[in-house]
Amino acid sequence: MTIGLGHYLAVAATLFTLGILGIFLNRKNVIVILMSIELILLAVNINLVAFSSFLHDIVGQIFALLVLTVAAAEAAIGLAVLVVYFRNRGSIAVEDINMMKG
Amino acid sequence: MIQAIVFLPLLGAILAGLIALAGAHARNPSGDTVEHGHDDHAHASHAHDDHGHDDHGHDDHHAPAEPPAAGTAAAELITTALLFVSAALSWITFVNVGFMKQDTLVHVLPWINSGDLQIAWSLRVDTLTAVMLVVVTTVSSLVHFYSIGYMDEDPNRPRFFGYLSLFTFAMLMLVTSDNLVQLFFGWEGVGLASYLLIGFWYQKPSANAAAIKAFVVNRVGDFGFSLGIFAIFMLIGSVDFETIFHAAPGLTGKTIDFLGWQVDALTLTCLLLFMGAMGKSAQFLLHTWLPDAMEGPTPVSALIHAATMVTAGVFMVARLSPLFELAPNAQAFVMLIGGTTAMFAATIGLVQNDIKRIVAYSTCSQLGYMFVAMGAGAYSVGMFHLFTHAFFKALLFLGSGSVIYAMHHEQDIRKMGGLWRKIPYTYVTMVIGTLALTGFPLTAGFFSKDAIIESAYVSQNPFAFYGFLMTVIAAGLTSFYSWRLIFKTFHGKPHDQHHYDAAHEPPLWLLIPLGVLAAGSILAGFPFKELFAGHGIEEFFRESLKMHPNIIEEMHHIPETIKNLPFVMMVIGFIVAFIFYIRRPDIPVELAEQQPLLYKFLLNKWYFDELYDVLFVRSAKWLGRVLWKDGDGFIIDGFGPNGVAARVLDAARGVKRVQTGYLYHYAFVMLIGVAGLITWFMFGLGGQ
Repeated sequence: MTIGLGHYLAVAATLFTLGILGIFLNRKNVIVILMSIELILLAVNINLVAFSSFLHDIVGQIFALLVLTVAAAEAAIGLAVLVVYFRNRGSIAVEDINMMKG
Repeated sequence: MIQAIVFLPLLGAILAGLIALAGAHARNPSGDTVEHGHDDHAHASHAHDDHGHDDHGHDDHHAPAEPPAAGTAAAELITTALLFVSAALSWITFVNVGFMKQDTLVHVLPWINSGDLQIAWSLRVDTLTAVMLVVVTTVSSLVHFYSIGYMDEDPNRPRFFGYLSLFTFAMLMLVTSDNLVQLFFGWEGVGLASYLLIGFWYQKPSANAAAIKAFVVNRVGDFGFSLGIFAIFMLIGSVDFETIFHAAPGLTGKTIDFLGWQVDALTLTCLLLFMGAMGKSAQFLLHTWLPDAMEGPTPVSALIHAATMVTAGVFMVARLSPLFELAPNAQAFVMLIGGTTAMFAATIGLVQNDIKRIVAYSTCSQLGYMFVAMGAGAYSVGMFHLFTHAFFKALLFLGSGSVIYAMHHEQDIRKMGGLWRKIPYTYVTMVIGTLALTGFPLTAGFFSKDAIIESAYVSQNPFAFYGFLMTVIAAGLTSFYSWRLIFKTFHGKPHDQHHYDAAHEPPLWLLIPLGVLAAGSILAGFPFKELFAGHGIEEFFRESLKMHPNIIEEMHHIPETIKNLPFVMMVIGFIVAFIFYIRRPDIPVELAEQQPLLYKFLLNKWYFDELYDVLFVRSAKWLGRVLWKDGDGFIIDGFGPNGVAARVLDAARGVKRVQTGYLYHYAFVMLIGVAGLITWFMFGLGGQ
């Protein structure tokens, strides 16, 4: 059996869905949400790399590197926000964060 | 002259009213210290109602908490003097009209002038009116005089005398009217005065309730009366008596559409008009207000609820006799109601214990007699009884008032007894009144009552025999309850020694009217017999009454036994009362115990109040509550404003739940949106 583009895309889609579900079904911790976002970004990266290889176009892989950089920065900022939030409110449980309610 | 008779009482009422207003203003200058005034009144009424228990001499040593209004004496003097002038003029008019045949019709003012409807204020004086004028002004002036003594402890005398004179004016307006609308004006005027006077002691809740009851029950009758007036206007196009009587014969056999039925126009009109008479004259089914009206001061009961106002219904039927003569079915109904009332009220009178209520039921019963005569077509005979009844019934009421005054406002005859030694003068006059009421030979009631029974006997009316039977039996009952009243009040052992010892003959103010009325009770019968119930009717009443043809002639040719029947019944009633209440006072007690159902039935007045309470009062309240709670509250508010508001709130509450505040919900919605958008572009727009 040869591993084709479809398999990559399937893996990426699975990861993406897991990431989405991680955001919605998660009732515990904001960190898990950050991790889920990371997962979604990685799924996108797999797509980019897979298409890059399939289309023989190097731009896709360069773009994937860019995404990794942005993801690292985003994770850093996110965690920093989280730390500050924890200091202020004493909790990072998802249940407690509903201040956007009218 | 007739203007003076009618408008002098109005002048008196206005002056007394001004004095009462000035007095009220002087006591309560700012006009807004309601609390203070209220306290004063409550205290005064307490002094008035309960002073029976402290033994005061006649002097006002426990002077009322509220001093009598300034100008009280002036108000009393003005109203009473004007009434006496009016009464004197009335007697002159009576002679002029009745014997000199000087019928007059005085045009006073135009009143309503609207299209076909032409109504004028005018005073019509024929014999029928003259008889009523004499009755009204005589009794009224005596009652005014009597009230000066009877009300001597009441702080609101100017108001009282103002009301009395106002009543007299309205009653005179009623009897002198020349058209149905003016009659209706007087009719409502006396209703208003009756309401005001029943509720005169407005501090008593029971008096207010009685006043309202009288007013409301009378409105039921007045509803019929006004429909009757409308019907006449519709049929004839005029409310003027002359025009109506002229056009009435042409209406026989004509039918009108009433609630989808084709009914005989004259019968319907007469029945509707009679409904008004039933209300005002407290006839069976609309009688419940009269006994309750005894809450008012006793002179009021004598004037309004015995001698004058309650006879307005009788007068109205007599006045409209040309109409009723053309409607035999309506006459049958009049006879039926009259006979029933005569009997029914008499049975209740047998067991009542309140001295004024006994006399009130007696009044109701006697009014039934008058309507029997009206139903028989012997209008003049009914008027004769009205005339004599005014004297002896006013006498009985004023005598009761004298007893009540002597007993310090005790009205229960079970607590009286043996009083004849203490108040012999009152006793003698009361006995005269009772003799007249029961129809003792040669007293006034003898002639008029027997004439009614005879007229019922010879009448062609389908209910004539019923009316005859009822009136004969009621004659026995009348005798029984009247003598029961006398025996329990004046004979036997005193049942309340304290009251008995304090009893004293009232002042001359009360005794003089009693004497005059006692004389009237004896003399009002024989001299007038030929005029009202004999061969002088044609000469005396002329055009003012339309008698049933030949009825008077037939009345003079009835068997001797029938003629003597009322007398026999009267004697039986007297003997039974004598045995029951003098010889063997234990018999009535035993009888009441043996027949508890019957006794309770009579004591509770045939349960009419209870029946009406269930039928009308409670069902009206129920209907009101249903319309209020279910109709207005549930349906209109529920589906209207409140419902719309509640649904908006519900919707907002539902929408609010969408906004949870949780980040992941927003993210999810966003995602759904993105997914939807993409789907749209791929398969909808994008797929073009």
